Amino acid sequence: MNELSKDKIISFTQEVAMRHNYNRSEVIGMLQEIQEYYHYLPESALNELSKCLKVTPQTIYGIATFYAQFSLDPKGKYIVKICDGTACHVKNSRKIYDAVEKKMKFIPGKRTTVDGLFTLETVSCLGACGIAPVMVINDKVYAQMDPEAAAGVIETLAKRETESAEEQ
Amino acid sequence: MTAICSMVELVEKSKLYSHALSKQTLRISVCAGTGCIANGSKLVYEKFLETVKDNKDFVDIHMLTEESVSEGKTVVRTGCRGFCSKGPLVHIDPLNVLYTHVKPEDVQEIYDAALDGKIIERLVYHDPITNEAYPNAEESPFYKNQTSNILLHCGKINPESIKEYIADQGYFAISKVLTEMTPEQVNNIVSASGLRGRGGGGFPTGTKWNFARVQKADKKYIVCNGDEGDPGAFMNRSVLEGDPHRVVEGMMIAGYAIGADEGVFYVRAEYPLAIERLKIAIREAEENGLLGKNILGSGFNFKLSIREGAGAFVCGEETALLASVEGKRGIPRPRPPFPAVSGLYGKPTVINNVETLANLPRIILNGPEWFRSFGTEKSPGTKTFALTGKVRNTGLVEIPMGTTLRQLVFDIGGGIPNGKKFKAVQIGGPSGGCLPDSMLDNPLDYDSLQKAGAMIGSGGIVVMDEDNCIVEVAKFFMTFIQAESCGKCVACREGTKQMLYIMEKIVNDQATLEDLKLLEEIAHVIQDASLCALGKTAANPILSTLRYFRSEYLAHIVDHQCPAGVCNAFKKYQINPDLCKGCGACAKKCPVNAISGTIKSPFTIDSSICIRCGTCKDTCRFGAIEVR
Repeated sequence: MNELSKDKIISFTQEVAMRHNYNRSEVIGMLQEIQEYYHYLPESALNELSKCLKVTPQTIYGIATFYAQFSLDPKGKYIVKICDGTACHVKNSRKIYDAVEKKMKFIPGKRTTVDGLFTLETVSCLGACGIAPVMVINDKVYAQMDPEAAAGVIETLAKRETESAEEQ
Repeated sequence: MTAICSMVELVEKSKLYSHALSKQTLRISVCAGTGCIANGSKLVYEKFLETVKDNKDFVDIHMLTEESVSEGKTVVRTGCRGFCSKGPLVHIDPLNVLYTHVKPEDVQEIYDAALDGKIIERLVYHDPITNEAYPNAEESPFYKNQTSNILLHCGKINPESIKEYIADQGYFAISKVLTEMTPEQVNNIVSASGLRGRGGGGFPTGTKWNFARVQKADKKYIVCNGDEGDPGAFMNRSVLEGDPHRVVEGMMIAGYAIGADEGVFYVRAEYPLAIERLKIAIREAEENGLLGKNILGSGFNFKLSIREGAGAFVCGEETALLASVEGKRGIPRPRPPFPAVSGLYGKPTVINNVETLANLPRIILNGPEWFRSFGTEKSPGTKTFALTGKVRNTGLVEIPMGTTLRQLVFDIGGGIPNGKKFKAVQIGGPSGGCLPDSMLDNPLDYDSLQKAGAMIGSGGIVVMDEDNCIVEVAKFFMTFIQAESCGKCVACREGTKQMLYIMEKIVNDQATLEDLKLLEEIAHVIQDASLCALGKTAANPILSTLRYFRSEYLAHIVDHQCPAGVCNAFKKYQINPDLCKGCGACAKKCPVNAISGTIKSPFTIDSSICIRCGTCKDTCRFGAIEVR
């Protein structure tokens, strides 16, 4: 990471902390705002937040790693969540995961693709059990999926991205 | 907007709004719950709005004033109507017809037909078995067998308009409480109603309040537990999305009863729409003077805020939830002291579930006897359930406590689709259990289910058919619990790991009967030695399946087969020589070189080498690979 973006992260973190009046009980909300902006929690943001709130970096790190919503790794442009809640699970959500996984080439040891386009995750339940099995990409919910349809959605998105890259 | 300063003013406004609503000549309600939005209801709503808004007599629902009390047409977005599998749903009044699977291209036709007072037959709900049409969906088996108290407004009113809530006696209960009753009287009414916590524990709400009410403190809190983390449950989400003001009013009633002047909603971040609607509801209540200082001229002050959860199942446990609200890791602590004595920031705190709070306004208005007229003696009232899985009608339902599982799954749910056989229901989420068909006539109430080895939990019901492997499902729950264990207690942290390890051995055909014995032993240790409910109930999915489906475990361990044909380790891949063209494509793709043969004659799979990955089956263009 170059110095400029690190400075930007630090000033953004300071703004977030100020907006919450440096209230330590709102630290989860602050982390959510940082993650919403950067799609993950950069290390420099965690360090800066600990300074702003006058707590140890370990405290912030402990909170950031406790909650499943937070990620310390950068995520792809499209965050693909395959719901593996009970209702989706009994309707074969695992096969959807496998089908989508086959379409992606991951950075070794990570769940983000080499081209930075996709991050593949499972979630425990999205509360959309009435239309199970579901897949969510960023905020769009895809209802009543099957492996072929899910793989098709990924293919379409990937194709759209290569086309727009070629145009530029 | 002018604030409402007294009960008299509130009643006047209510009359005004309900009169305005009664003058609507056409009301198109488009379901905008998460389920219907995923099915495309947003486009349907926009299309309707476009179609209707150019009419001279179009009434914007947000602009209800004295001037707009005239006959008119309107389009509203409602919360969840429950029938999620049939979405997007559109309801037309005064025709009282419900359309299912509505697409934007149907909009003009629906609108024209509605103006002529006609019904479009092809879009109404048809019973999948009898093929009978139900224009009035209330008469269909799915709705007919339900009782709506909590969901009374869900799918009917516009959740983003406080006026529609006020029009139907909204905030009447809190106004009655503030003008006529002492906190103790409110507490007594709730105790007399027999209302029990709807989050799963089933603890009497009135008793819980009483502990906090008698505490002397400069500050008390009421917290709404909207951290509906059980996979397979979405009741709280639907109530918050469909009728947020009812929960806000419930919070005020509870706050007044225990002496709190501040309430906090803790809602999981996975529910963005619920959070959004709750924010609108709180803002509207503040603008109308129903939240803030000196509410309705009574001297009662109350404010509300929202905290978003960040994805931790254990935060549904009340002490963990409080830690999370305080901005810490959500780890439970020993009780006592109970939160009623020392809770949020060390102050007396009551934590109530969304549905518990949603019950309060009508208990206050109709009295405890009314509430007791539903349900059973020990579990009065109604309960919402999320009915999902292998059942024809999936969605959100509300039934009186004590209704049997059979009524729920077969009468309301319409039974199992595709001619399959019922196998089990999983009830109560990861802390609950699996019940077999012999328990179908068991009533759904707190105590009967506990006896049966399950629990009502928050109300998620997942139906399974013969194609589901019970052992695999139990392993699935163990995976969930293991991942969600916060790590504080050794028994839960290490025990769930070991149990998962054994479950994996079983589904991978590597377990012995010794392992099964050990599994049960660990299960009991976790029950005894864990601090919080997550750990205490962690073994329930295993214990309940062992109790009712032991033969299926034995089939895996002793007979080396998976009766449902789900677990990969027991599958046998074979090549059908009649269909195989001998192209060798499968042999090239096989990662372990288990396939051999000569080109143009049938190939064979060596099952001692085969890892059952299924690659050959996906590769074969002739459908020659068979799985047994």
